[in-house]
Amino acid sequence: MNAANYLYVSALLFTIGAIGVVVRRNAIVVFMCVELMLNAANLAFVTFARINGNLEGQVVAFFTMVVAACEVVVGLAIIVTIYRSRRSASVDDASLLKR
Amino acid sequence: MTSNSLVYLIALPLFGSAVLLLAGRRSDRWGHLLATALSAGSFGIGLMQFSQMLSRSNEQRAVSQKLFSWISVGSFEVDAGLMLDQLSICFVLLITGVGTLIHIYSIAYMSHDHDRRRFFAFLNFFIAAMLLLVLGDSYLNLYVGWEGVGLASYLLIGFWNQKPTYATAAKKAFIANRVGDMGLSLAIMIAFATLGTVSFAGVKEHASQASTGALTAIGIMLLVAATGKSAQFPLQSWLGDAMAGPTPVSALIHAATMVTAGVYLITRSNFIFDAAPTAQLCVAIIGAITLLFGAVIGMAKDDIKKALAASTMSQIGYMVLGAGLGPAGYAFAIMHLLTHGFFKAGMFLGAGSVMHGMDDEVNMRRYGGLSKFMPITFATFGLGYLAIIGVPPFAGFYSKDKIIEVAFNAGGIKGITLGVAALLGAAITAFYMTRVVILTFAGSKRWDDKAHPHESPFLMWGPMALLALGSVTSGFLFTHGDALRNWLAPVVEQIPAHEGELLSPMIVSILALVLVVLGVSLAVIKYFLNEVPETVPENVTIFTKLARRDLLQDAFNEAAFMRPGQSLTRALVKTDVAVIDGAVRGIARLASGSGKALRTTQTGFVRSYAMWILLGAIALIAAIWMVTL
Repeated sequence: MNAANYLYVSALLFTIGAIGVVVRRNAIVVFMCVELMLNAANLAFVTFARINGNLEGQVVAFFTMVVAACEVVVGLAIIVTIYRSRRSASVDDASLLKR
Repeated sequence: MTSNSLVYLIALPLFGSAVLLLAGRRSDRWGHLLATALSAGSFGIGLMQFSQMLSRSNEQRAVSQKLFSWISVGSFEVDAGLMLDQLSICFVLLITGVGTLIHIYSIAYMSHDHDRRRFFAFLNFFIAAMLLLVLGDSYLNLYVGWEGVGLASYLLIGFWNQKPTYATAAKKAFIANRVGDMGLSLAIMIAFATLGTVSFAGVKEHASQASTGALTAIGIMLLVAATGKSAQFPLQSWLGDAMAGPTPVSALIHAATMVTAGVYLITRSNFIFDAAPTAQLCVAIIGAITLLFGAVIGMAKDDIKKALAASTMSQIGYMVLGAGLGPAGYAFAIMHLLTHGFFKAGMFLGAGSVMHGMDDEVNMRRYGGLSKFMPITFATFGLGYLAIIGVPPFAGFYSKDKIIEVAFNAGGIKGITLGVAALLGAAITAFYMTRVVILTFAGSKRWDDKAHPHESPFLMWGPMALLALGSVTSGFLFTHGDALRNWLAPVVEQIPAHEGELLSPMIVSILALVLVVLGVSLAVIKYFLNEVPETVPENVTIFTKLARRDLLQDAFNEAAFMRPGQSLTRALVKTDVAVIDGAVRGIARLASGSGKALRTTQTGFVRSYAMWILLGAIALIAAIWMVTL
């Protein structure tokens, strides 16, 4: 199977994730879209590792996963706190920077 | 020689002025007495110094006192020091003597003024500043006194500053004086730059090493200073308006003492002018112009004080002319200054006495026949009058004729021109002073019945009588055995008179007397034998009209300096608003405008920021892609 196909899937996933971040309002969904973009990047890394026949891409993919795990912890904590104080998980409501 | 009492000459009146100003209304009841006593005390010290001077030999007469080290910068040292020599003692006695008489006069003259204390405070301050001017031992010390008398003059001209015209007159005097002061400060700077010293002794010592050009520059700048302070052409316009001040001020400051400071400055700087003939010639020319200028104005004035002011201008013109004639003339300039101090102060006090009796009326066309009502004023004024027109043996005869004589003997075309101008001035002086006396004291009464002319109290006529005594005797005393010339000889170098002279003293005196008689008879015909109209006649020659307008001096100043100055100021204001403020505001508007435009991108929505990041990343990748392709 052509390795390039994995790259197309990766690009597709990244685009879906990016559009989701830009258009969706629910913080949880936005967050999930961010995860989607991270994993699209992971897929691309692994694919390139396969194409080039070395392990460096796979190593980076593991790093990404670790960072993503940390990020999930911090991000979810923030979302939960915002939800508790504002009774809403909409990212548009949390626009204090503007006012 | 040194003396420790010089400082008290200045300190006494300065102390009086400080007490009167600081104690305020509390000193209303005794302030004028304190001020008069301190001024008299200063006169007493002056007399003491004078008698000590007389007892010493001619070379030992000058005394000095170092007060403190004032400026010490590298090699430049200026001490605040005082010096009393044969020249300054003349001034000290004139200032404190006439000053004390005028203090006494003012006690009565200002008795109805609720601000009399402030008047005396300023008067004492003036005495102190004027004494500092004549006692300073360097140009810089002189400058302090020079500015001090300018301030005192300003304060006293504008003493009744509730009248806006009087306040304006004070400002005018101050500004005209500032122009002259600029000349003095430039002269000091040039002296320091070329000679490295500003003390009189130092400048005198080093003057021979400096180039004639530098000395001429210093001389011309000193002349500018003198024209400002002494109301000489072309800075003379302020003196007429200065008559807005109370009459004792006009007598003391604007006749006897302050306005003669320019003559003092020129005489004191004789070593500079003697080494710079061009500057000296300028001095003589300025003096000759002013003596005619003032005399012509004096002929047309109906305000008694302004007529006397024009006369002062003219008489100081004589002094400046005398000082501009070099070693031959200095002593006579100072002599005329001293005699003028007596007779002009006396006449001003007489004018004040007339105003006192006539409800402050100053228009001579509203006087007439006052000699019956004010016999003492008439007598003292009359003696001053005889002195100023130069009738022998009164004071003016000795001093003025000597200046005319020296002018004729200056040699060549210069001597003849200056001499003729001085002679002509004497004739005009006789005319306008006779006019003043006739309009005021002779003829029929032209005042309305509301006025009740009466003789002034003793406190007023006492000083007038003493000054009149001075106007009678001083000329004889000064010339008897060449007393004043010999006295001043160590200060101003002199060449022996009566050498290669064009006209002998006798001929000059006869010529002058003939012209004086001519002037007097013209005035008698015009104002005594003919009726004097109460209203100002309008069918007069253009010259009279010009003279009434002070020979257009104000019009000229306005056209040449005031209006261009105002236009320049307006143009600069416009430039300031348009260019400088415009640039500053433009930058501010640019910053705030671009800020406003950029602010719309800050929506506060996280999604939109995310989109900008995304678009940025896409643009970056696209750019890299384009470059590598």
